[in-house]
Amino acid sequence: MKYKSQKVAYWFFALSMLLLVLQITYGFIMGFARIGMDGLHEFIPFNTARAVHTNLLVVWLLSGFMGAAYYIIPEEAQRELVNVKLAYVQLISLAIVGVVAVVGFHFNIWEGRKFLEIPRPLDYLVVVNVLLFLGLILTTLFKAKRRTTTALVLSMGLLFAALLYLPGMLPFESQVTDSFFRWWVVHLWVEGVWELIMGGILSFLLIKLTGVDREVIEKWLYVIVGLTFLSGVLGTGHHYYYIGVNKIWLIVGGIFSALEPLAFLAMALFAVNMYRKGEKKHPNKLALYWTLGSAIVSFVGAGLLGFAHTLPQTNLYTHGTLVTAMHGHLAFWGAYAMIVLAIISYSLPNLTGRKLYDSSRGRMAFWMANIGMVGMTVAFGVAGVAQVYLERKFKMDFMQVQNEISIHFVVLILCATLFTTGVVLYIIDFYKHGTPTDEALEIKE
Amino acid sequence: MLSKKQARAFFLGGTLVTFLVFIGLTVYSLSEGQDQTNKETLTAEVVRGKEIWESNNCMGCHTLLGEGAYYAPELTKVIDRLNQKYDGNGEEVIKSILMSPTPWQLNGRKMVAYSMSENEANDVVSFFKWIGKIDLNGFGEIVGVDRKISPLAKDKINN
Repeated sequence: MKYKSQKVAYWFFALSMLLLVLQITYGFIMGFARIGMDGLHEFIPFNTARAVHTNLLVVWLLSGFMGAAYYIIPEEAQRELVNVKLAYVQLISLAIVGVVAVVGFHFNIWEGRKFLEIPRPLDYLVVVNVLLFLGLILTTLFKAKRRTTTALVLSMGLLFAALLYLPGMLPFESQVTDSFFRWWVVHLWVEGVWELIMGGILSFLLIKLTGVDREVIEKWLYVIVGLTFLSGVLGTGHHYYYIGVNKIWLIVGGIFSALEPLAFLAMALFAVNMYRKGEKKHPNKLALYWTLGSAIVSFVGAGLLGFAHTLPQTNLYTHGTLVTAMHGHLAFWGAYAMIVLAIISYSLPNLTGRKLYDSSRGRMAFWMANIGMVGMTVAFGVAGVAQVYLERKFKMDFMQVQNEISIHFVVLILCATLFTTGVVLYIIDFYKHGTPTDEALEIKE
Repeated sequence: MLSKKQARAFFLGGTLVTFLVFIGLTVYSLSEGQDQTNKETLTAEVVRGKEIWESNNCMGCHTLLGEGAYYAPELTKVIDRLNQKYDGNGEEVIKSILMSPTPWQLNGRKMVAYSMSENEANDVVSFFKWIGKIDLNGFGEIVGVDRKISPLAKDKINN
């Protein structure tokens, strides 16, 4: 660690870990409900568990991105954050908004729009919170000794993410228009600006871990985020195929969605090539695992599985089935969860001064979590494809189909247990690092 | 070989162009002439129905227009489908589920008991009716009334 103010990142990461555990817990509640074990229905019906599961995902990832920004920006800007106290205020208010929203979901208080369930009054608080965060990051950059592409791309991603939250707050009477603009937030976040954030973090990690020249890495960063926007923005069209808008989206969405894997392929090739090219062998092997893992798994989960599901001819049958859950799980895990876990793995030893670079526990965490998640994806995939054939092709009744495929949810729960074991090991490793200390300032990375 | 400056121009230029095209297409597809939703039939009841749909997070279990949570049935063509199943009494069946004071669990999965008033239930039915008439570029036929119960499923239902 080079700057004292970077310590605030640790607490954002700690909040991420806590919310991740809660998110997984609610995932299990849903998994068990799907095999008929719904004893908690009175208190936590499926729609509550679902809203908590997805919203906690968003909040823990955002908390991770913010922590990453608080760690990366001072190093890139070569100065302390402009105001550390306000960063802590921002952390606490983020946690409060998250907790209040989740508690509200248990009392039927929500907006009921997929992924954007947070009730409207809390939306305004989210906006204030994010403005405070952006204010701190952008002012620090403005006063910086140097402005790097990595910092610029990361900040652009965070700024656009904040701006794109706004269309989700517009009121619409028509379900179709409502859904149309809901995707401006959800799609343009996860298949657009969040990829800028991912690219920024990835670039920072590769510079640090491989020792390849910054100019080379940042040049390719531009190419990758360029490809992301070129395909991802018009790729939004794949959400518009069958919701009641013009057929033109079948063509536009179809073509540009097919290009979306290219951005992820470029990212995977970029990461692997930089690793091979690099002469510096950083001792933090775990950070390297998670970094390269993120680039590769995101290509499979977001790129390939997304492509398999977004061709209009396929999507006509898979739209609104468990096939979406298959793609969603591996995509979010690879692209966003793993990059947050990568930056945590990299920064923790630097923040705490404890160089637990290559523990067997850390490696077990990586492999168990990844193998578990791949298993979950396969279980969702088999259930989804079976659902498509039975329900959409053979016209069987919804619940009859659900009974037929329930065995795959037993497999899902088993794989989720393996996944959770990996995550728990990761969190034990997190805990073993202890808390950040000023003494770490003197230790060379 | 590509320079960093060229790479930046590719990123900024590509982003600007695709955003402009995206906004243009949005304006075009939401313009009056392209409406596929029968906007003129969007009554106050339908809007109230949508509010009830959202305030109870129905999408947290069901799907509508193919969007939702895959835990409970797709509801885009629910009235037509239940009319076929219950001899034209689809609307009444939906209302009785919404007004039920105990959890509905005909097929094993419990639905939250919403105990809605008759007016609220009517609004939700109006909302479903409006949704059911939207032109969905072919998806309506996939989830709609022409779905025939397969012999395999029939056996299961009869048993």
